[in-house]
Amino acid sequence: MTASAHVTAGALAPRESRLVPRLLIGLALLLTAVFVVVPMVYIFHRAFAAGWSVFAANIAEPGTLHAIWLTALVAVITVPVNVGFGIAAAWALARFRFPGRKALLVLIEIPFSISPIIAGICYLLLYGRQGLLGPWLLAHDVQILFALPGIVLVTMFVTSPFVVREVLPLMEAQGSEQEQAAVTLGASGWQIFRRVTLPNIRWALLYGAVLCGARAVGEFGGVSVVSGSIRGQTNTLPLQIDLLFNDLNIVGAFAAASTLTLIALVVLVLKAVMESRRG
Amino acid sequence: MKTSLIAAVLSVGLAFPSFAQDKILNVSYDVARELFEQINPAFAAKWKADTGRDVTIDQSHGGSSKQARSILEGLPADVVTFNQVTDIDVLAKGGLLDADWRAAFPNEASPYYSLPAFLVRKDNPKGIKDWDDLVRDDVKSVFPNPKTSGNARYTYLAAYAFALEKYSGDQSQAQDFVKKLFANVPVFDTGGRAATTTFAEKEIGDVLITFEAETGGIAKQYADKGFVRVTPSLSVLAEFPVAVVEANAKKAGSEEVSKAYLGFLYSPEGQKILAENFYRVNDEAVKAEFAAGFPDVKLVTVEDVFGGWDKVTAEHFAEGGILDKLFVNQ
Repeated sequence: MTASAHVTAGALAPRESRLVPRLLIGLALLLTAVFVVVPMVYIFHRAFAAGWSVFAANIAEPGTLHAIWLTALVAVITVPVNVGFGIAAAWALARFRFPGRKALLVLIEIPFSISPIIAGICYLLLYGRQGLLGPWLLAHDVQILFALPGIVLVTMFVTSPFVVREVLPLMEAQGSEQEQAAVTLGASGWQIFRRVTLPNIRWALLYGAVLCGARAVGEFGGVSVVSGSIRGQTNTLPLQIDLLFNDLNIVGAFAAASTLTLIALVVLVLKAVMESRRG
Repeated sequence: MKTSLIAAVLSVGLAFPSFAQDKILNVSYDVARELFEQINPAFAAKWKADTGRDVTIDQSHGGSSKQARSILEGLPADVVTFNQVTDIDVLAKGGLLDADWRAAFPNEASPYYSLPAFLVRKDNPKGIKDWDDLVRDDVKSVFPNPKTSGNARYTYLAAYAFALEKYSGDQSQAQDFVKKLFANVPVFDTGGRAATTTFAEKEIGDVLITFEAETGGIAKQYADKGFVRVTPSLSVLAEFPVAVVEANAKKAGSEEVSKAYLGFLYSPEGQKILAENFYRVNDEAVKAEFAAGFPDVKLVTVEDVFGGWDKVTAEHFAEGGILDKLFVNQ
């Protein structure tokens, strides 16, 4: 070992590499604290500022309680549908080469890149009274907008890419050898799916479903356009927070916001667990 | 698993049933939630006493232009209670109600009204009494951006009308006055709620300008800060128009209860609830009872001073209009 090499490896490089990472880690921690931790702690601080009983009374307020229930219902409908859609789309894209495959890939990602409010307005223009399908729906007494169906449709649109985006890369990486082997052993299509495909993708699938659920619960912009904000009927939790805040009901707004944050934190923990399982 | 899920959905669905009873949807502006939370049970009790029937009143709150848009697209409102006449006109143009809807109820279908007024800091240290004081060099005013907020447009028009009166109708002097007022605003928030936060929580500015009904609510909300409400000598009448959305009410068979609901706002009982929420009303007895809370003020209308909303929109608020000139050159 030469003297210069010794200097580079033993004295100069380590000193530099110790200082710079520490600085970067410190900066990252600081920014995380300022931008994420402090506001989040503040939400809970404000929610409980007037005491536990006031917090409980605000959550138990019928409008807020209904908003929590509605938000959960929307997620319960949206997530399974998008899981089904996600598996089907990922399977088609990973296992088959067909004309328009690239176009389908792009189409699936559209909800990621356009603002949810555009989705809301599109549905308004399509299903609204003055819209394309509106007069027909009106004549047949079908209420889509300003009711649960509209909220679910927009939420599905916004959250549709999550499962595909998680499952597709995994399916592509794994290839189809195992499935082909199963075919040669005489397995039926359903058996292959249940015994081979599903176990291989289950963690990615769950991870995608969790992300999809988190997004569904928090959706504001698109839902705001099609909800009609009828209290106790079509107000989701994010809309209820906005309403309470505009009402100068600060404790109520923060109580509702802390509930939503809590849901997000639970999802985050689930996500972390799944990430470690997925390896 | 599947059956239990379906059962759960069904049971929750049954927990929010629609009874075979009277039911109306009141679509309203965004800061009126507390008001109608008091109005609705009072009306339901009266309706029960008068007809023996129960009534459920659903509420939707939002920016009143957005609400009008939603109704046009099918939000099944039976009645609207808005803060902009133009937003009900839009519904009339859409064929949902009669063009002369303002004749359906007294006072041009506006059961209550308010006006731009001031909220100042504890003990009014700067001695702010009128619009004159807001153009002083030592006074900082807070109100939202008139380009984005209907509330601030009223503020702009009230200041402009005051200056026109002060300078006996001289437009250029009035515009200088408003320009000076703009120059004294440290930050233009996009909406009324944000301006309230700027004034009350960030403690910026000496005076918050918003509707008188709002200043009452804010003073109550931040009671510990001791804000003082100040009514200027002159202001602009801000109407809160109401209407039955006839097309929807007819379809739902709710015309009778919808009419009674809006009529209730004019009754002594309804007017009292309105006055308690810092709105001005026309009922003589209620006026006398709450006189202390509503100082005398000279009220002018947008029609009289500016020739109506269409004209004021074209001349003042349109792209490149008078507001743009005063706002940019501040």
